Amino acid sequence: MTEESAWRPSASPAALKSRAQQLAFARGFFAEREVLEVETPVLAQHGVTDVNLDGVAADVSAAGREGGWLQTSPEYHMKRLLAAGSGSIYQVSKVFRNGERGRRHNPEFSMLEWYRVGYDDTALMADVADLVCGWLDCARPVQVSYRDAMLAWAKVDPFEISDEDLRRCCEQWLEPDQIAELDRDGCLDLLMSFSVEPNLGRDSPEFIVGYPASQAALARVSVVDGHPVAHRFELYVDGLELCNGYWELVDASEQRRRFEADNRLRQQSGKPDMALDEAFLDAVETGLPDCAGVALGLDRLLMLKLGTRDIAEVLAFPFERA
Amino acid sequence: MASYSTNEFRGGLKVLLDGDPCIMLENEFVKPGKGQAFNRVRLRNLMTNRVWDRTFKSGESLEAADVIDQDMEYLYTDGEFWHFMLTDGSFEQYPADAKAVGDTVKWLKEQDVYTVTLYNGAPLTVTPPNFVELEVVDTDPGMKGDTAQGGSKPATLSTGAVVNVPLFITIGEVLKVDTRSGDYVSRVKGG
Repeated sequence: MTEESAWRPSASPAALKSRAQQLAFARGFFAEREVLEVETPVLAQHGVTDVNLDGVAADVSAAGREGGWLQTSPEYHMKRLLAAGSGSIYQVSKVFRNGERGRRHNPEFSMLEWYRVGYDDTALMADVADLVCGWLDCARPVQVSYRDAMLAWAKVDPFEISDEDLRRCCEQWLEPDQIAELDRDGCLDLLMSFSVEPNLGRDSPEFIVGYPASQAALARVSVVDGHPVAHRFELYVDGLELCNGYWELVDASEQRRRFEADNRLRQQSGKPDMALDEAFLDAVETGLPDCAGVALGLDRLLMLKLGTRDIAEVLAFPFERA
Repeated sequence: MASYSTNEFRGGLKVLLDGDPCIMLENEFVKPGKGQAFNRVRLRNLMTNRVWDRTFKSGESLEAADVIDQDMEYLYTDGEFWHFMLTDGSFEQYPADAKAVGDTVKWLKEQDVYTVTLYNGAPLTVTPPNFVELEVVDTDPGMKGDTAQGGSKPATLSTGAVVNVPLFITIGEVLKVDTRSGDYVSRVKGG
């Protein structure tokens, strides 16, 4: 990037037009299905406890309150609306993740998040397939379990392999002292990133389902073949991860336990504790309706539509020019 | 010593890896859904010129390498070292050994300015400007006539470099040469 051109957008006029069309398509999709569009705060008091998600802290001061976080996802606020009886809702939102910049990442990006009351993960996957295939005009996704994907591409059974053997599998990429600092999920993430992901959704889109319970985040957990697995799914199209969905956890005490466990992991990795969002926990306590929800990266969906391999080509101004 | 964490990684960063100074060529951030983030980095070892691919976990850091590029004027060689002088008015001199000078030796002309990369204060590499102007000291006699006609011949330049030149070039002429490709570019008027 030369000095003279730094003010210019990195996306072509055609990409900007396609972005507008994509947004209109998504809004039409939900209008047809009578899912209500909502807006929730991007700037809020609490961030998330997720160990691998860093929010952007905001130096805000108003009405006697100091500090806040740019949201990594509108999830907590949308669930508060659900608990208040909103019915099925969707939102197009700018979200923020500190430190994330690469060919598929920008610290600020556009997310489409929606919740369907009365749906489970299977029903929501059909919804996702309708939206994605309707826009991309691609084959409908097939379902592959996390376990089978790991077995196929990393030659590892994520539920059976010993910690020691799992660490050995990481030696192709990391030095022994680096591996020593990785926990079991960290090792699995490495294999997922480097061995598995590039192969997913090559021939036709693939839903990865049945994540280990340790990676459940905010999803319910069931026992399948003797192993606790999360009702969580991700969609991959041509090696690109597009969305992450859950059959939502509605158990407030379990939710609190997971937040506290997150904070313990944060401490172990030298990250500061995140205060728990009590308003969110109160909402879950009051009663989150049975629902499934999913967050879909709109910039990546546009990358697939336009066949680009770099997110900068679909963003008017990526982080370096923003 | 300064260090760079994965969030600061970018092309052009000079870091120490396994004790050697390296320049970062590419940095790719990868992260599965909700999982651990990694940086896949391609670096060139400035000591050996070898290219390394390495992976780092988000939050890891690398020590900064004390590597800086400086403009210096080439003075002379004593046979063992090639002596350069800073052009910033300090007249500070630096002796570069054969390893640091490398292939650039064939483009070294006294009083021309080169980029000298210093590592811990000593010359690590010497990079010539993209174009140099050098006199032809030996070549077959020039051919009169159509200067646009094809065909070339070797010419030896004052620094010892041999480049292919058009047939009309004669001894004593000054040529502009691209040091990256070693190609003849043009004659220089008034040379």
